[in-house]
Amino acid sequence: MSGHSTYEPKTGFERWLDERLPIVRLGYDSFVGFPTPRNLNYWWTFGGILTVCLMVQIVSGIVLAMHYVPHVDYAFASVERIDRDVNYGWLLRSIHANGASMFFLAVYIHMFRGLYYGSYKSPREVLWILGVVIYLLMMAAAFMGYVLPWGQMSYWGAMVITNLFGALPLIGGPLTEWLWGGFTVGNETLNRFFSLHYLIPFLIAGVVGLHIWALHVPGNNNPTGISVKSSKDTLPFHPYYTVKDGFAIMLFLVIFAFFVFYAPDVLGHADNYIEADPLVTPAHIVPEWYLLPFYAILRAVPSKLGGVILMFAAIGVLFVLPWLDTSKVRSMRYRPLARWFFIFFVIAGLGLGWCGAKNPDDIFLPLGSHDGHATGITFLWLARVLTLYYFAYFLVILPLLGFVEKPKPRPASIADSVHGAKAGPQDSGVKPAPAE
Amino acid sequence: MSDVTPSPDANGHSEPSRRDFIYIAAGGAVAVGGAFVLWPFIDQMNPAADTLALASIRAPFNDIAEGEQVTVMWRGGPVFIRRRTQADIESARAVELAALPDKDARNENEPGAEATDPNRSALSAPVNEGVEVPEDVRASLIVMKGNCTHLGCVPVGDGAGDYNGWFCPCHGSHYDAAGRIRRGPAPENLHIPPYSFVSSTTIQIG
Repeated sequence: MSGHSTYEPKTGFERWLDERLPIVRLGYDSFVGFPTPRNLNYWWTFGGILTVCLMVQIVSGIVLAMHYVPHVDYAFASVERIDRDVNYGWLLRSIHANGASMFFLAVYIHMFRGLYYGSYKSPREVLWILGVVIYLLMMAAAFMGYVLPWGQMSYWGAMVITNLFGALPLIGGPLTEWLWGGFTVGNETLNRFFSLHYLIPFLIAGVVGLHIWALHVPGNNNPTGISVKSSKDTLPFHPYYTVKDGFAIMLFLVIFAFFVFYAPDVLGHADNYIEADPLVTPAHIVPEWYLLPFYAILRAVPSKLGGVILMFAAIGVLFVLPWLDTSKVRSMRYRPLARWFFIFFVIAGLGLGWCGAKNPDDIFLPLGSHDGHATGITFLWLARVLTLYYFAYFLVILPLLGFVEKPKPRPASIADSVHGAKAGPQDSGVKPAPAE
Repeated sequence: MSDVTPSPDANGHSEPSRRDFIYIAAGGAVAVGGAFVLWPFIDQMNPAADTLALASIRAPFNDIAEGEQVTVMWRGGPVFIRRRTQADIESARAVELAALPDKDARNENEPGAEATDPNRSALSAPVNEGVEVPEDVRASLIVMKGNCTHLGCVPVGDGAGDYNGWFCPCHGSHYDAAGRIRRGPAPENLHIPPYSFVSSTTIQIG
């Protein structure tokens, strides 16, 4: 998509088309001849895996929409019918429902990869921001999709999330009524969620196009975080990375298939097999696993508006991350301190997910007992500590580290790092590179 | 071009030309027209006429025993009708207004009233002409929308929670015997819908 094109039309038809719509050239330059750093590891294959996830969700979703009925009286039954009566409906729904989990699993790995190797740093800020936009759209699509089966968790999840907007001063009340199209979550809400759930994947596909465009202008980052300096540092995308990504995709599909065929409901919640009842709340309302960390942040604050602001800020902070990290070194492979703080950040993220799945008053760490009841640190307090670390990582640690940290020596080039690794210890015979 | 682009004056400023005026006028017209076109696309999401029309239901209260609660559906959500015991009423009346996080009664029958127990109970509801309902019955009745003011869950009733009223287990909001928020993340007292006594045995909600 950028730089000199190496595409040479081979047939008369290709030459004819190339002068009118150079789409084959675009595809060739983007996915065949595209010079790619030769040292990408398997953390880089999740981009390809995510493309597969998006296509699986769109194809299975279009087909499911042919059988689903977006009406409060029929939605639950239509999903049951898909499972029981529609030919292969059980398979298609299982693919779509578990596909959402696989999509988020892959996107989280993709994002943590970007965080560790500094893929958000100059000159890839726009690439990173577009990625955060995709992530937001994914969360919106996943939330609305979860509402469609009209089970108890669907209904009450929709209730809780739409009520978040009620926390806004003055406009909160009218805004929630506007979102609902009525006095509560009802048929109007279900209809519009279905419409938007169908729309958003195509928006995601559009932003993915921009994301790939923004990737192909500066080119891929890589595990050393060092920029490509010469053609010795790169390989053509095909066959080197098509084969590598293809292998990773096959492994990923094996895991995906395990869930689809052997544990189709393990990532969902049993209460969603109870039809929505506006008069009874489930004992414990929880979102899907991939939204739990944000749910934990929401609950960590003893104020409604405060919780809402903090939850949205948890994602909003990602938009400004490229300007919060002051280090000149991209890859944390050469940042001994940042590396540890990053590991704690991953633990904090997982811990927040755990807190989100638990009752806030449950005991996380028992410390003695009182009146026969165990006392100690509750999940609420654990969530508060982890929330503090989550924000401190972005707002305090990354900005300060750039000034206090002494990076390790980096190889002179990507090619050197590859050959240096073969020769022995990483640093031997390798000249330190200038900061970048 | 010289007839529409006057040369700068001594201070380096250009006089606005007739073309500048056309730009601004056309831009303004597009903005206003755009807003008019946008509005139907926004307003269609607001409750439709038939949704708004489903506004009132009637519910009998005479067969609710003391200390019991029934839940009826109004506007797609739950409404609690609770017949409180004398002890409930006394405990609710004993609370100082200063101890309440939300001092507004949140009562659509009495907008802006203070959150005292009589202002929250059915004593605040209008009684239709010719209808007789004993005062102690009205004092014992409390009618509230059954959605927690935090995130909309349905709180557990039957004297639940630390304040002898309602408790929302999802995020830990405690309400007292008058349905007033006492502790937890919920910002407001349970809301009281507009209702009135239409007979000696029945209330109309909405």
